Amino acid sequence: MSNKEKHWEKTKGLMIITLIIWFVFGYLIFMFGSDLNTSSFMGYPLAYYMCAQGSIIAFVILIFWFANRQEKIDEEFGFTEKEDD
Amino acid sequence: MFKGNFIDNLPKIYGTYTGGFFIFIILMAIAEQAGMTAKTIGILFVAFTVCIYAIIGYLSRTVQVDAYYVAGRQVPTVFNGMATAADWMSGASFVAMAGGIYFGGYTYMAFLVGWTGGYVLVSSLLAPYLRKFGCYTVPDFIGTRYGGNFARFCAVVVLTLASFTYVTAQINATGTIASRALSIPFELGVWVGLVSILLCSMLGGMRAVTWTQVAQYIVLIIAYLIPVFWISNKSGFGFFPHFMLGEEVARLGALESQFGLVKNAAADIKAAGVPGGLKSIAVSHAGVPEGGMAAWKFISLALCMMVGTASLPHILMRYFTTPSVKAARKSVAWSLFFIALLYTSAPMLATLSKISLIDPNLPTGIIGKPIAEIMQIEWVNAWINVKQAFIADFNGDGILQLNEWFMRGDVVVLATPEVAGLPYVISGLVAAGGMAAAMSTADGLILAIANALSHDIYYKIIDPKADVRKRLLVARALLIVIGAAGAYIASMRITSILGAVAWAFDFAMSGLFFPLILGVWWKRATRQGAIAGMIAGLASGTAYLIYVYPKFMGNAPWLGIDHLRFGIIGASVCLVVMVVVSLMTEEPDKATQQMVDEVRVPSGKTILGKQH
Repeated sequence: MSNKEKHWEKTKGLMIITLIIWFVFGYLIFMFGSDLNTSSFMGYPLAYYMCAQGSIIAFVILIFWFANRQEKIDEEFGFTEKEDD
Repeated sequence: MFKGNFIDNLPKIYGTYTGGFFIFIILMAIAEQAGMTAKTIGILFVAFTVCIYAIIGYLSRTVQVDAYYVAGRQVPTVFNGMATAADWMSGASFVAMAGGIYFGGYTYMAFLVGWTGGYVLVSSLLAPYLRKFGCYTVPDFIGTRYGGNFARFCAVVVLTLASFTYVTAQINATGTIASRALSIPFELGVWVGLVSILLCSMLGGMRAVTWTQVAQYIVLIIAYLIPVFWISNKSGFGFFPHFMLGEEVARLGALESQFGLVKNAAADIKAAGVPGGLKSIAVSHAGVPEGGMAAWKFISLALCMMVGTASLPHILMRYFTTPSVKAARKSVAWSLFFIALLYTSAPMLATLSKISLIDPNLPTGIIGKPIAEIMQIEWVNAWINVKQAFIADFNGDGILQLNEWFMRGDVVVLATPEVAGLPYVISGLVAAGGMAAAMSTADGLILAIANALSHDIYYKIIDPKADVRKRLLVARALLIVIGAAGAYIASMRITSILGAVAWAFDFAMSGLFFPLILGVWWKRATRQGAIAGMIAGLASGTAYLIYVYPKFMGNAPWLGIDHLRFGIIGASVCLVVMVVVSLMTEEPDKATQQMVDEVRVPSGKTILGKQH
């Protein structure tokens, strides 16, 4: 496998992990909204909290994490951009 | 100040600007104490901020193609994040979202999840690759990746339809705010709004829009957060509302069961003469509706908004302006961070507003009190007079019940400062914030449409030999034409703000989502496949919308997929058709496959040249 193909394999892997986490916070937990709401977090019913703040914060962290991971992958295979590109 | 190495000076420039804005707020507060009327303060707030944007727009004028289309690709990560956040948060987000949560509770909050989660798709599937591609517009990518003018043309059609649906709502919002703040008729307000919008974009294209959007973000976030924190502190709900309103949410649940959530019969509402668009609280604030169908409706709405986010050209094109692929990725993260500041505050504002109104133990509470007494309150009177609020004593007991108090969703943002007894200067600030939110989104949208028409239709298809001067002239003329068309439609008042906004997402996802991501992620995707997918997706989505929308054919939705969710039908059809047709046609040639390989690595030159 060429360097480019290996890089793409890893990139794809990261994309899939990212989308799985996205699916959990965007959809999976809200399939069980009424069950979640029986517990609470910081005084808020949990399902309410997750859509008011929890999932949104999770998405922000997820994208920062994704960007850092992808930079590492690019570095590993020598595809980091040069300053003058 | 804007000369020399402007980019290095950005933090200083916008720091000064923010400081200046705070000084302006303080000056207004002093003027209010000195006896300046509320009306003058409102006018000054809107006029002052709009003038600043116009000056930035003028200073950012340009005669260069890459500056006009992609701001010279030198917008730093964090600033592009702010600009995207302003581009993204529309008049609807600013003015109507808290109201939506106020009336719709948990169910409505699917919009919050949907309008943020989409950025995960943007960062992982699209933005870095489109940046590497080096396109000026979204159809530029479709046209080059799949080849041929017809694919490009189809992408322009989807882009125009989706963005235009959205832009009328934004011009409508600028018109509403301008008319209220400047005390002019709505029809005139729409045109005042349009002129303000064009001042920001006409001379400098993307470059001007970028730097005005950063300025607009600063105004809108200050205008949203100050009231939320102030109200929470003043009314004693907690120093940091986001972490401290748990008790109030629980109390709302208790009050809801005490008063009872009654859904008024349509006949009763009509008989009482409630003005159109006004609602009473009939849905639980934090309670989750039982059953699989309710969960599906929540998830399907979030899905449409997320996939729509990742297909909306005015958002995607913001990531064409970063200096590198790496910066494009990081910039998506910053965008969502800045968006989250407002989106996590909207439910808090809705909670504050609701508890202030319905808790009879609070001095601000009106529910459960005698109607005659409530009619004496100044703000109640003011909003009833302009038909934004209404009292209907259904049971004739002279006491205001929860289902007897009607108001418009927008009132939550616009009136809560007044209800909580904040000085008028805050209401002026909120008006300036709403104006900034609506203007920045309208600018992004109008520019997206005008750029697609001028670059993809005029330059790439009609007259590829046109020189730079002529291209930019056409681009500017189109800005005016599209803006005027939007303003004309808005002035006819045919859509409510939110219905139209959700449709834009559905249109965009129906026609563009799969052609965009498969263009990067599936080498086998062919021109014929993409064209068939775009046409079939858009046609089936639109047909389903007509089939299901109450004002068109009004048939019963299939599996709960109503007119807000028609993108699910469109995008599914698009995917199937695109894959089937691609597999039936010959695979793309070597050059195209190599191009896709190049797009997938960040280093190296962009596919399309710096100037094209």
